Amino acid sequence: MPEVRVRKFVTVVEEIFHEGGPVAEVPPRRAAVLAIIANPFAASYVADIAGFMDDLKLLGLEMAKALVAALGGDSHVVEGYGKGAIVGAAGELEHGALWHVPGGYAMREILGGAKAIVASSKKVGGPGARLDIPITHINASYVRSHFDSMEVGVADGPRADEMLLALVMTTGARVHARVGGLKASEIKGEDGLR
Amino acid sequence: MTATGKAKIRKLVTFVEETRSEMGRAIDPPTRRAAAVAVIKNPCAGKFVEDLSELINIGEELGGLLTERAVAALGISGTSVESYGKAAAVGENGELEHAAAILHPKLGAPVRKALGKGAALIPSSKKRGGLGVALDIPLGHKDAAFVRSHFDGMEVRINDAPRANEIMVAVAVTDSGRPLARVGGLKKEEIKGEDGLR
Repeated sequence: MPEVRVRKFVTVVEEIFHEGGPVAEVPPRRAAVLAIIANPFAASYVADIAGFMDDLKLLGLEMAKALVAALGGDSHVVEGYGKGAIVGAAGELEHGALWHVPGGYAMREILGGAKAIVASSKKVGGPGARLDIPITHINASYVRSHFDSMEVGVADGPRADEMLLALVMTTGARVHARVGGLKASEIKGEDGLR
Repeated sequence: MTATGKAKIRKLVTFVEETRSEMGRAIDPPTRRAAAVAVIKNPCAGKFVEDLSELINIGEELGGLLTERAVAALGISGTSVESYGKAAAVGENGELEHAAAILHPKLGAPVRKALGKGAALIPSSKKRGGLGVALDIPLGHKDAAFVRSHFDGMEVRINDAPRANEIMVAVAVTDSGRPLARVGGLKKEEIKGEDGLR
């Protein structure tokens, strides 16, 4: 299968002090690492693409490590995660689906076996396209305070024959979370849901 | 950090771009640039305020804070920074002059202090806009504005800013020029560094 060719990495870290309410004692942070890579399947229909998932594993691990580093280096601060992909115009939505396994596997590995499914979004888009990446708690998808999202995008990518691959991690709940539901302190942590 | 300062910061966002290839050519070492952006309350929003000194002082505070954050995001020393730029986007209840007050009178001195030098003008842009507005931060060599390889720009945006009564303030720094610079002009090796221009 083709090698993974990275044109560019972009790292974004948001530190949120407040959103009109009291200033957080420990401001929650959201971080995203985005890779713009060549889409080896651009421009024509390729039936057999699944092998590229293996090729993306190392990139996933590199990006997951870079995310933890961007959040200060201690993986224990990570409480939420998500992933996404934007496929350039000469590609196919299915190419974005190649990211599910290597992206999710990499974050679980780096976070020491997180249990919840990694929420995701994907689309086809041009340079500057924005993607809202859904975020949920790493061990229990139903934790309501940690439902969140992060908008990402890169001005000059993805070009038509490229893909943007994204991983996102957060360090806590929404800054003024107060709509009830399952709390992080109530997680059983058996099924990845509650 | 925020409670004690003059600026009422809602959010700080850092961006790092690392370019490893362009048009199929490897960029080795990769070119890297970083921007730090603060989303702050605009104390002068919604009315005409003659004296903008509050914003001028906020500019001084943010010049230091944002430069420190951007340099840290690159993981290099301030003296290794090669080019820089600054920009501000004022929310809809503010005035373009508010961006000017933050950017021009006092923001530059703490930027240069954090970088050890900076003889050149810090290139800047400003605009008024709504949530998610794209801010293009111009970049130029920090010691000699005419270094052609380092004329560049970096786009940043934050989907939930600036709100009507807010201002987005950005400082960008790099460790390099454009990825495949080849249009001639003054080279960084040729800088005299006396007048900030050449």
